[in-house]
Amino acid sequence: MVPVVTVLASTLDTGSAQYASRRAAMLAKLSELDAEQAKALAGGGPKYVQRHRDRGKLTVRERVELLIDPDSPFLELSALAGHGTGFPVGGSGVNGIGVISGTECMISASDPTVRGGSTNPWSLRKSLRSMQIAIENRLPLVNLVESGGADLPTQKEIFIPGGQIFRDLTRMSAAGIPTIALVFGNSTAGGAYVPGMSDYVVMIDGRSKVFLAGPPLVKMATGEESDDESLGGASMHARQSGLADFLATDEHDALRIGRSIVARLNWRKPGPGPACTPAEPANDPEELLGIVPEDLKVPFDPREVIARIVDGSDLDEFKPLYGTSLVTGWAALHGYPIGILANARGVLFSEESQKAAQFIQLANQIGVPLLFLQNTTGYMVGASYEQAGIIKHGAMMINAVANSRVPHLTVVMGASYGAGNYGMCGRAYDPRFLFSWPSAKSAVMGPAQLAGVLSIVGRQAATARGEPYDEEADAAMRAMVEEQIEAESQAFFLSGRLYDDGVIDPRDTRSALGMCLSAIDGAPGPTGRPDGAGAGPAAGPGLAGASRYGIFRM
Amino acid sequence: MISCLLVANRGEIARRVFRSCRAAGITTVAVFSDPDAGAPHAAEAGRAVRLPGASSAETYLNAEAIVAAALAAGADAVHPGYGFLAEDPGFARRVLAAGLVWVGPPPEAMEAMALKIEARKRAAAAGVPVLPELDPGSVTRFPVLVKASAGGGGRGMRAVFAAGELDEAIESARREAQGAFGDGTVFCEPLLTGARHIEVQVLADQAGTVWALTERDCSVQRRYAKVIEETPSPAVGPELRERLLSAAAALARAVGYVNAGTVEFLVADDGEFYFLEFNTRLQVEHPVTECVHGIDLVALQLAIAEGRALPAHPPAATGHAIEARLYAEDPAEGFRPSGGPVHALAVPGVDSAFGLPPGPVGQGGSRAPFLRLDSGVEPGTDVSTHYDAMLAKVIAWAPSRDEAARRLAAGLAGTRIAGPATNRDLLVSVLHDPVFAEGRADTALLGGYDFAALLPAESACRISAAAAAVAAAAENRRSARVVASIPGGWRNVVSQPQLTSFAGPRGRIDVRYHWTRTGITIADAAAEPPLPEPPAAEPTVAAFAPGHVTLEVAGVRYWFGITRAGAAVWVDSALGSVRLTLLDRLPAPEPVTESGSLVAPMPGSVTRIAAGPGDKVLAGQPVLVLEAMKMEHQIVAPASGILAELRVGIGAQVNAGDVLAIVTAAEPEETGERQ
Repeated sequence: MVPVVTVLASTLDTGSAQYASRRAAMLAKLSELDAEQAKALAGGGPKYVQRHRDRGKLTVRERVELLIDPDSPFLELSALAGHGTGFPVGGSGVNGIGVISGTECMISASDPTVRGGSTNPWSLRKSLRSMQIAIENRLPLVNLVESGGADLPTQKEIFIPGGQIFRDLTRMSAAGIPTIALVFGNSTAGGAYVPGMSDYVVMIDGRSKVFLAGPPLVKMATGEESDDESLGGASMHARQSGLADFLATDEHDALRIGRSIVARLNWRKPGPGPACTPAEPANDPEELLGIVPEDLKVPFDPREVIARIVDGSDLDEFKPLYGTSLVTGWAALHGYPIGILANARGVLFSEESQKAAQFIQLANQIGVPLLFLQNTTGYMVGASYEQAGIIKHGAMMINAVANSRVPHLTVVMGASYGAGNYGMCGRAYDPRFLFSWPSAKSAVMGPAQLAGVLSIVGRQAATARGEPYDEEADAAMRAMVEEQIEAESQAFFLSGRLYDDGVIDPRDTRSALGMCLSAIDGAPGPTGRPDGAGAGPAAGPGLAGASRYGIFRM
Repeated sequence: MISCLLVANRGEIARRVFRSCRAAGITTVAVFSDPDAGAPHAAEAGRAVRLPGASSAETYLNAEAIVAAALAAGADAVHPGYGFLAEDPGFARRVLAAGLVWVGPPPEAMEAMALKIEARKRAAAAGVPVLPELDPGSVTRFPVLVKASAGGGGRGMRAVFAAGELDEAIESARREAQGAFGDGTVFCEPLLTGARHIEVQVLADQAGTVWALTERDCSVQRRYAKVIEETPSPAVGPELRERLLSAAAALARAVGYVNAGTVEFLVADDGEFYFLEFNTRLQVEHPVTECVHGIDLVALQLAIAEGRALPAHPPAATGHAIEARLYAEDPAEGFRPSGGPVHALAVPGVDSAFGLPPGPVGQGGSRAPFLRLDSGVEPGTDVSTHYDAMLAKVIAWAPSRDEAARRLAAGLAGTRIAGPATNRDLLVSVLHDPVFAEGRADTALLGGYDFAALLPAESACRISAAAAAVAAAAENRRSARVVASIPGGWRNVVSQPQLTSFAGPRGRIDVRYHWTRTGITIADAAAEPPLPEPPAAEPTVAAFAPGHVTLEVAGVRYWFGITRAGAAVWVDSALGSVRLTLLDRLPAPEPVTESGSLVAPMPGSVTRIAAGPGDKVLAGQPVLVLEAMKMEHQIVAPASGILAELRVGIGAQVNAGDVLAIVTAAEPEETGERQ
């Protein structure tokens, strides 16, 4: 790439009271994030962790840390899965992208200290999401298996959709994405099909237990007397059934074998690789803490964020004078060229929508991934805007986002309300990765607006019926609705429901996105095509963009 | 006039001679064995001739091949160095017969002094005091020393403290002498405990001028091999010096000596001295003499060989010089020789190599202390276990003895050595030893040495391991093939520190550290779970890279140099040098070594087998003998039982860790008969 230098000039006053209070507010949110993550880190709690250790076993995070290359980065995904659902935070497992023997892999590891590592509806969603990421980005999948199977009381949420796990395992294999199972303990009943459907299976002598039915069930079914070892012991599977390809002597040995399997995958990423040498931002990423206002109603300049996450703080703005409520431009992140769309003043007007649609088409023309930095209250409402065609212009933007084929990354920095969530590539628009900052909120509209709308509707209904409106009840309703919507808009809540891939510290944004861009480089083809094929002629080798969109209503 | 000279030797002495040749404008020829094909001495010479083979007998002891090499390379002179053929009159005659100049004494003089038994007679005849020679059959007073008549360098020498040990010592000395020198003759003499080893350098020209230069004190020895040498001796006053030098000169004259030689004496604590032997060659420790007299002994050897005359008197001595021999050996493991590649060797503040630094020398010359390095190896050299284990000599000169010792100790302590284990820490320790400092070191100094005390301190090990871990982390990031620009160890959910473990001199060391937004923080190794913030005593990382790390410990910054070769790590700093082994995080399961295995402790060849398959052996009983570095190592049965398997034969070359034999527990005999 020919170097073009268009460095952003930051005007952030780090000595100001505003900066200090915004930073304090963000740090408070980050300590909440720490507290939530601590729940996931604690696994099943001290008692079960100790019992697990007493059995001579490594914890799930120790396993993951030993599996990946020393000192390599690890991008953990869906760490808050299950938050706010009544199930333990973390989805009873650790999933993420890590480097094993120099190869980026999707690691999916069950935590046996959390209710025996059993799968609850949120762990299932977490597993399926990590497999989707593995498929879309062609990441070899390494499962660290030790699970008691489905959480039986919620089996109705798990059993039928859970079949996708096995379907995707074999489809990955068919698509040429290797799947590896390291079986640390129980993997029985349905769980037995995880090793069963994997390309490589490692079992641990005296530890792994893989069978369709245990001794009691076999006794009930056929009257046969049996024991764990003869039904599903590692030695039996390595020597007799052939389900195990490698017999490890202990957990460390299993991890060692897993690393050696990956080392032999001869894995090469087809992507174009970084186009230029990565350069640190000129502005200190630490200052990202003092940018987002305490109140999301107050807009902020996303250029201050971009200046702290992209290479050399270099953003080449496109259409800087048109549709100024949306910043568009070209940059590089860890050496990968990207196009950025960032909300500047929250509201999207017709101009911003048309600018976005054009910019998305340009990125597709040249095959450059897009980064959406969300802080939007939605598309502008009001008679003059409706008359000027805000719907058709908004639809144009959503059309472009939906049909764009270059990889998308989304970060919810602040607000993500209304159709702005769609136009700025929210979850439903299948960005390859989506992260939230801790104070971000997503909802159909702001809590106060939503409560106000309900109040107005109720008042109109009462008036129509000719009844007096109960102001007291209205105030209580508004407070309750506001509180509920507020809670359900929070990043932690939505992350618990797998509506993002994780809540991240703003200071980690650059590293997280760098990990994502490197992963994307494994499958730069059109999103949704795991084989990476179909690169358009305009795209050259590697990334391919869309050449077809829905009809743009002009 | 010599125009082209072959050095029939290797290592540092070959390079030492080449240096003087170059200074004189003489073309140099090296010979090299197969293991030495890449050795510095072979690369340095103007011409080099291969001596096929590896063993000394095939190569550096192969007189015929060496003379042929000299002729092939167009040499007109041969310098033998020390060791190998240096004292072999047959070789000297062969050189002379080929029409080449022999840079050494006349073969007749060599012959007269070659056998210790003969030499003592000649010395006695010249009026030089000698120790009585004892008949091995009728020794009654112990201790005695068994010596090989043809010996040197401590080989074929055994101290015997009780009658019961004598026969085995004689037998073993005979075998070693036969193997090393081709002559198994041994004799006994009273062992003077507490005596000092003092020697006098002589130099004689063909016209009859004989120099006897200031005595050298070589009392610091291990297993009768010199470790530290100095001149002048702190134990010799002017009167004794005069007597020693006169005796040495008298003996040289008596045998018609020409060229450089050394007369060795034992000086008892009562001031009496006894002739030990006459070494008809240049000594390893000749540099200390060069340093105090301001002369080049090799240049003088060449001049004498060319028939030039020495001045009537040598330049007067000034100041004090001390030499330390850096060996590839592990003192804590019974001086077991070590080998393998030298990854780094750097002596700080070296002023000159193989000679004196330029500047005023000798009496009246007011020069600053200097450090001289005579090294046979360089980074990249593979130290072969086929030959002597000496890597280098480090020599310090200063106006006074304590200044010279300080300079030498500092130079050695600051030396970065990565590769074979060395005796460096022992050398530094001796130089700091009060007994040495007071000039009271005798040949028994190292006999009772506490080698465990040489281990680096626990805190030095721990802090050095922290530096090594951080350097390894930097190396891991530098060699990353993917996501290399993402910060090292980055986590969006932080769960635990990185853990790097080492095997250190005092046991396993676990280093835990966190990658932070600004660098690396060492976590408290003892805390469980690890503390998020390090306590004040933990080192903080000021800077780190694969080869060097700066740590701050209690407000003081230390610079660490780190050399890495596979899992081996050498950490050098002002806290000392610490050798670590990076432990594999996920070690492959141990191959099951059968219990009762006899494992080779080092590479070597099997020279003797004392038991056969099926034999009953007792715990501790020697089963076979391994020769490595010209030393015999007994491999003993680990337990009593039956020698079930013998996997090697005589002459087999084995590697460290090879299983040589297996002893199994004896089958309980069914008759149950007790004896």
